[in-house]
Amino acid sequence: MGDYIATYYNPDKIAKAWSVIQADFLRETGVTLYITLMATLFAILIGLPLGVILVTGDSKGIHPLPKPLMAFLNGLINLLRSAPFIILIVVLMPITRAIVGKAVGNAAVIVPLIIAAFPFVARLVEGSLREVNPNIIEMSLSMGATTWQTVTHVMLPESVPSLITSFTTAITTILGYTAMSGAVGGGGLGNLAITQGQQRYNQAVLLAALIVLVILVQVFQSVGTHLAAKADKRLKNK
Amino acid sequence: MIELQNLSKNFVTADGPVDALKHVNLTIRDGDIYGIIGMSGAGKSTLVRCINMLERPTEGSVVWDGKDLGALSEKQIQQVRHQITMIFQSFNLLMQRTCLENIMLPLKLIHMPRAEARKRAMALLETVGLPDKANSYPAQLSGGQQQRIAIARALATDPKVLLCDEATSALDPKTTHAILELIREINQKMGITVIVITHQMSVVQEICNRVAILENGSVVEEGDVSEIFSNPRAEATRALVYPDMAEGMDSFGTAHQQMVRLVFQGAGAATTPLIASMAIECGIAANILAATTRTLGGKVYGNMLLNIPGGPDELATAVKFLKKTPNVTVQVDVEYDAETAEGEEAEPRG
Repeated sequence: MGDYIATYYNPDKIAKAWSVIQADFLRETGVTLYITLMATLFAILIGLPLGVILVTGDSKGIHPLPKPLMAFLNGLINLLRSAPFIILIVVLMPITRAIVGKAVGNAAVIVPLIIAAFPFVARLVEGSLREVNPNIIEMSLSMGATTWQTVTHVMLPESVPSLITSFTTAITTILGYTAMSGAVGGGGLGNLAITQGQQRYNQAVLLAALIVLVILVQVFQSVGTHLAAKADKRLKNK
Repeated sequence: MIELQNLSKNFVTADGPVDALKHVNLTIRDGDIYGIIGMSGAGKSTLVRCINMLERPTEGSVVWDGKDLGALSEKQIQQVRHQITMIFQSFNLLMQRTCLENIMLPLKLIHMPRAEARKRAMALLETVGLPDKANSYPAQLSGGQQQRIAIARALATDPKVLLCDEATSALDPKTTHAILELIREINQKMGITVIVITHQMSVVQEICNRVAILENGSVVEEGDVSEIFSNPRAEATRALVYPDMAEGMDSFGTAHQQMVRLVFQGAGAATTPLIASMAIECGIAANILAATTRTLGGKVYGNMLLNIPGGPDELATAVKFLKKTPNVTVQVDVEYDAETAEGEEAEPRG
């Protein structure tokens, strides 16, 4: 243990780490946030409607869709969710290149992130919507609402607190995935930790990056939990 | 007028097919408060959901306003549902929306301009007696208040028919009474036909003018409430009308006493102290063994079981006296037993 500290946390290493922190951390934290937020945004844009379809299109849903279509969607989601992200990045390179024009860099990381995250978001949304009281959905239909109206006026508004919680889970998970962006030349704290820390035998940089990532997750989670509680009108005396 | 013609509904469950409704025929006239009563599992909920096509009948038809609802497209049914609205046992308010927004919901569905919808919702809050709850959330309201908001919401689109699915089953007796009063008021002032689904005879007694008794998916009895109460024919009806009486009366049959059963069929007997008069005029102090009478619109319906002390002469006198009362049927259910009858007084009973 003494050796470990002497090797990796001696004054020389810490001084080097400090210079890296001063020079790069703010910028790379910004890059991490940018990648995370963009990927989350697009994952929700795709995952939210897909989650709605998973619930309403179910054979017991309010607008059953053809069984083969539902089987395809479920199969696709399960397939994408079972692939490890690092492998997905490589496999998706041709698609990434087709979409953003190149297969490396920050923009190129966002594509596989979206593809890895939207099935996850769809499942989270599905879970949130299934929590909506079926009696309330029946009420909506009994007053002549169409499927679309039931989704937009009843199911989504009723599940807002649960959806906020789901999106908070999504954003913290996506933040974790961004650490692998270095594999395709993307920036961010994860990449910094690998290139400046691990590859140059400077554990202090790794540790500092880890601390910043932990703080980010804590902040996202606290804000999300707070917003979800604030949005929920089911509790009395508010 | 709503006509249910030969209505049947089958479900396929894991345990095989279930006939929830079997050839139901009913006519509900405009302006009725029509009760559909039955034990749980009788098919009441399925029946009411067939009326607004939340459940499509397997067989038969629902005719409303000259339209066969089963023949309409989903789009047309959605239009009909603005005219035939529904309230529920569990109120089913949107918990994340204020009371005002809840009442505005059906108006949003028909694309009424927001300002107009708001004005109408405020007026409805007034109608249901909760004008100060516009910006409250349902969780802040009591059950009775939540049902009032649900009623206001059901009235928003100016319906012709209101379906009440066990609307008071989750409420205490006092609140039930208040909600039933409100429903009656809506029926009378707005001319809305009301269909009340319930398992409680007291609800039917309080507001309905007509009633159908549903048992195992079939209508076993149907008619005016007063008629059904005074003379329940079907077994299921009797169990609902006199839940406590059915067994109690049988046990008295073996008591070896002189017994007379009075059946009140809308007698003005509430104002006639029948038993007291008999004591004064004939000198016979009858013992009331059991009584299940109900007052409907100032008239008495139900059963009373009397024990007449003394011998056959007293019995004959009592029967003669009692038969003079209009709208009361006298049945002598007696098993005469000399030993008990010779005593000076009959033993008082529970």
